[in-house]
Formats: sequence, C-alpha cells, structure tokens
Amino acid sequence: MMGLNVSLFSLLFLSGWIASSIRLMTILLLGSLGAVFTARSGITNIGIEGMMLMGSFVAVWGSYTFGNPWIGVLLGGMAGALVGLILGVLSISVGSNQVVSGTIINLFALGLTSFLSAVAFGTSAPSQVPSLGIVPVPLLSKIPFFGPILFQHGLLTYFAVCLVPVVWWIMYKTPTGIIIRAVGEQPEAADTLGISVPLVRYSCVLVSGFLSGIGGAFLSLGQLSVFMENMIAGKGYIALAALVLGKWSPWGVLGSSFLFGAADALQLRIQSMGLLDIPVEFLQMLPYVAAMVALAGFIGKAAPPASMGKPYIKSR
Amino acid sequence: MEIPSEVRKLAIAAVPPIVAIVLAFLLGSILIFAVGVSPIVAYRSMLDGAFGNIKSFTEVLVKMYPLLLAGLGISIAFTAGAISVGAEGQILMGGLATAFVGTYLGFLPAPLLIPISIMAGFLAGAVWGIIPGYLFAKKGLSVVINTIMLNYIAHYLVNFFINGPFKEPGGYYPQSPRISENAYWPSIIPGTRLHIGIFVALVAVICVYILMKHTPLGVKISSVGVNQKASRYMGIKVEKMIIIALAFSGGLAGIAGAGEIAGIHHRVLSGFSSNYGWDAIAVALLGKLHPFGIVLSALFWAALRVGANNMQRVTQIPVSLVVTIQALTIFFVLISEMWQHKGKLASVTHTFLKRKSIS
Repeated sequence: MMGLNVSLFSLLFLSGWIASSIRLMTILLLGSLGAVFTARSGITNIGIEGMMLMGSFVAVWGSYTFGNPWIGVLLGGMAGALVGLILGVLSISVGSNQVVSGTIINLFALGLTSFLSAVAFGTSAPSQVPSLGIVPVPLLSKIPFFGPILFQHGLLTYFAVCLVPVVWWIMYKTPTGIIIRAVGEQPEAADTLGISVPLVRYSCVLVSGFLSGIGGAFLSLGQLSVFMENMIAGKGYIALAALVLGKWSPWGVLGSSFLFGAADALQLRIQSMGLLDIPVEFLQMLPYVAAMVALAGFIGKAAPPASMGKPYIKSR
Repeated sequence: MEIPSEVRKLAIAAVPPIVAIVLAFLLGSILIFAVGVSPIVAYRSMLDGAFGNIKSFTEVLVKMYPLLLAGLGISIAFTAGAISVGAEGQILMGGLATAFVGTYLGFLPAPLLIPISIMAGFLAGAVWGIIPGYLFAKKGLSVVINTIMLNYIAHYLVNFFINGPFKEPGGYYPQSPRISENAYWPSIIPGTRLHIGIFVALVAVICVYILMKHTPLGVKISSVGVNQKASRYMGIKVEKMIIIALAFSGGLAGIAGAGEIAGIHHRVLSGFSSNYGWDAIAVALLGKLHPFGIVLSALFWAALRVGANNMQRVTQIPVSLVVTIQALTIFFVLISEMWQHKGKLASVTHTFLKRKSIS
C-alpha cells in the first residue's frame, strides 16, 4: 500500500514537473530559436533580454489597449523586432562590438519599459489585462499521463515547438538557409557571390527580435498577465546559454531549452512543496550552475560559426 | 600659437562623449515633453539634485565610488579584449568577503582591519574574475556567458548567506550582523555618507594608469587586446594575460563592493550593489577605457543617478527616464567612436569595439 502511494505520488510529481518544464521552456526556446538565425549569420546576440523585455511590455500594453491578447502578442513581436533593428544598426551598419551593443540595448530596454509602464499604468499595482489561455489539443489531451503533459499548453508553446523543425528545414534544406550560413561562415566569399551581407544580417536580427518579443509576450500575457519592471530577470541570458549549449542548431536548442526549463521547474516545485531540506537559494541557483557545468562539461572546445562576433566591413 | 599635442589629443578624444551626451539629453527632452513637463524644469531639478548643495554633492561622490572602481576593472578586461560583464557579481562577492572579515576579525584594530578588508574584497572579486578566465583559457568557453551566470550565482549566494549561516543572530530581516566598528571605513565629512573609499578609488586610478601604460605587464595585456596572433608570435602567453586581466578586473570591482559594505551599509543586505556592476560597463565605455576618462564618466553617471531622484521628487518623472538617457548616451558614443576613426589611427576603444573580442 505504501509502495503504491509513493509510486503514484512520484508519477504525479513527474507529470507535473515535465508539464511545467515545457511551459517554462517556451520563452527560452523562442529566444534561442531566434538567436539561431543571428548566430548562423555571424552575430552574437546579447540583446535577447532587451528584446524580450520590450516584447513583454508592449504585449501587455497592446492587450490592455485593444482588449485582445493576440494583438498584444503581435505588437510585442514587432517591438522585439524594433529592438533587433537597433541592434542591427549598431552592430552591422556602425560596426560596433556586438556584445557591447547588446548590453547597452538591454539597458535601454530596461529604462524605456520601466519609464513607459510608469507613464502608461502608473506606479501603483499593475493592472491585469486580457491574457492568453491554455488550449488543450482535442483528443490528444485525453491520453492518460501523456495528454496533460504534452497537450495542455498555450498556443505559443505549440508554436515554439513546431517552429523547431521549420527552422531546421529553413537552415539546412533551403537556399535561404545556405545563404545565411554562408554569411556566417565566410562573409567575404558570400559577398563575392553578390550576396548582401548586411541585408542577410539585418533580416536575421529582425527575425530574432520578433521571436524574442513573442517570447516576452508569452511571459507577460501567457503566464502572469501583468507587466512588471525588469520581469524577464535574466531569461534572455539563459536563452543565450541554451543557444551555445545547443550548439547553434534548432534541435540542439530544443534540448537545451528543455533542460533549463526543467531545472527551473524543479526548483519551483521543490521550493513550493518543501520536499527537500535544501536552502531555497541553492535551488534558485540551479539553472545558472547547470548552464555553466553543462557548457564546461559537455561541449568542450565548441566551434561557433566562423565569423560570429566579427563586424563585416566591406573592403574596397 | 602652438597647441601642445597632448592637449589636442585629449580634446579630440573628448569630442564623441560630449556630443553623445548632448544628443541623448535632447532625445530625453522629447520624452519629458511628451509626458507634459518642461524639459528645462526637469533637467534643472536634476542639476540641483546633484550639485545643489554640499550634502547632495557628497552623495554623488558616494555613488561615484563603486562606479569608478568597477569601471576601471572593466576597462582592464576590455583592453585585453575579454568582454567581462561580471562586475555586478564581483561587487557582491567582494562585499560579502569584507563583511566576513569585518565580523569575524572584528577584534583587530582599525589600522590593520581596514587594509585587510580592502584585500578581502579584492581577492573575492578576483576569484570571481579568474573563474571565467580559467574556463576561457582551458575550455574556450565564452567569457560573456560565464560572467553573466556568475552574476546570478553570486546574487543567490549572498541571499543564501544572509538567510542562513551568516544571518544576524535573532534578527528578523535577511541581513548579516553589523560588522565591527573597527572595520568601518571612516567618513570624510561628518554627517554625510562620504567615506575614505573615494581616496582608495583615486589611488586605484593612478595604479591602473601606471600598470596599463608604464609596466611591461600592462603593455602585454594591451597587446593581447590589439592582436592576439601577433602577441603570441612575440612570445606573450595570451591565455595567462587574459586570466590576469580578468583577475584585476574582478579585484577592482571587489574593492567597490568592500566599500559599499564597510563604508555605507556596515552589513550585507540583499541586492546591496543596485546594478553598479552593469552601469560600470557604460562608465568604462564613456570614459574611453582610459583611467582618467573613467573618473569623469563615473562622476557624470553618479550625478545622473543622484539627480534623477530629485527630478522624480520635483516633477514626478520616473527615475527610469535617466536610465533611458544613459543608454542613449552610450548608443551615440558607439556611433561617434566608429565615425571619428574611419580611416584614421584608431583609439583603444575603437580597436576594442571593432575587433572580434573574446566573447
């Protein structure tokens, strides 16, 4: 009897844990899938955090103003793309250091979103806005055990997961993907073939900004339905770690995003259930330590796209 | 009349930051105008808030202290081409170590304890800089990613200590016990929070200047930053130089944390660094990675921080507006830096910004 109870309990724990891992993975996956584009075209995107923050604010504002969360999501994605455009101006046209540009973009997004939300909503308690619900997949969500884990999520979660094979297909099976990767590996050669390096890179930061913005919208409208100052709280940086751990590939970032989501979900669960006598802070630290250990232990000397981090300046 | 070339060089170097500041404030005034406040009133309240009286000016110097030290640290890492964004975590670790020393070695006399507290801060910050340096040298791991992760780890480590083993005995709040008075950094002007740390920081400025411009070690570090391959051919151990640069970088941020604890709070509180480590990146860039430039930019940045509070009191404009203006300033610095040096001899900042850094 005892044994049955324990196994039933651990089964419930497991299904709850995996389901919330997938939910927490969503924002990371959207951010890191977008960053696959920037990385493959030769850009280190530290600005994911700022793109997400801008997306999460504009999404709440859009949902509040138009009364429809999907308009909010769309506007959030566009706001993220706008931040991507600024990153593009600094790191592609101006040719400035990409990490520095990204860091400053995050500062800019932090300042601007805090300022605008104080102006739009006041500094009092944040207002609840129409938010995104959970959409169980018909039939599939009825499957015992697996149904609730895999098929009871928000639409953006399904979207993010379905995007993985799409991005893989674009990157490895289409001319577009070949061009993007050529620009990332050999910008000089791509240029010789008549490919516009800046155009490709701008397109990639826009895509990355849009997806990160949607990720931010998922956090503010799908999980919390409010905007709070600095609410991304480092998830953009974790998405970047997921990108590196996933070796800059779509399937890889699916795995690494899930890993980080699972670490986060585990600390939340253990914390709320008071299961283990471990200090809360160690559990909160877990995703970050996991990222460092995973990077140090698993990938060793990694080979990013050859021109990553290098501004491309056309020589005449 | 002949203008000395040194002065001319300095004047030319000062142009981009000044233009950047002016442009950022112009854009900021659009935002202020949009919320229905006169930009002149807002900026005047900022100026008053920062320089209106002795007391407010000492507050500027209080906030300048951590920005100056952490900014100096970042300039060393950047000059070596290593993009460390880890100052925030290094400040926290430095402060934590200083609190340990100030609490458990509190029986030592002040003339002994204060230098020890500075050293403890330096060492703890340096360790937090060496870790990403070592991981880069041995495994080729990104300095950026690891310094970011270490910021969060330091944050939770501090929270762990002040909620657990280092919590004030019998206290309610998550904070460490008050450090021994022997460990207090004396204040310079009684009745203000201004402590001797500002002198420590100025000594550090001179030390960093001498280190980077007039010692073989500094020249090697800069050389690694300019061209790794060539440095290697010249027999410089590139990896070692990067670890050393990151150690100094972390150590200086650690001293910043030491001063925050021993000079201001006298105990560890959660989030006692209030983003000084992130702001220090901007301070280092605005100061063009030069020790003397960083003195000016740290002063400017601190004045903005203090002035912003007064602006919020007077005009109700949120402090975050100033964060936006600060970010815009750095945007324009980046842009003007790349323009000014198009086709000309590059400055240190320009070299750093243009090359592929150890990301």
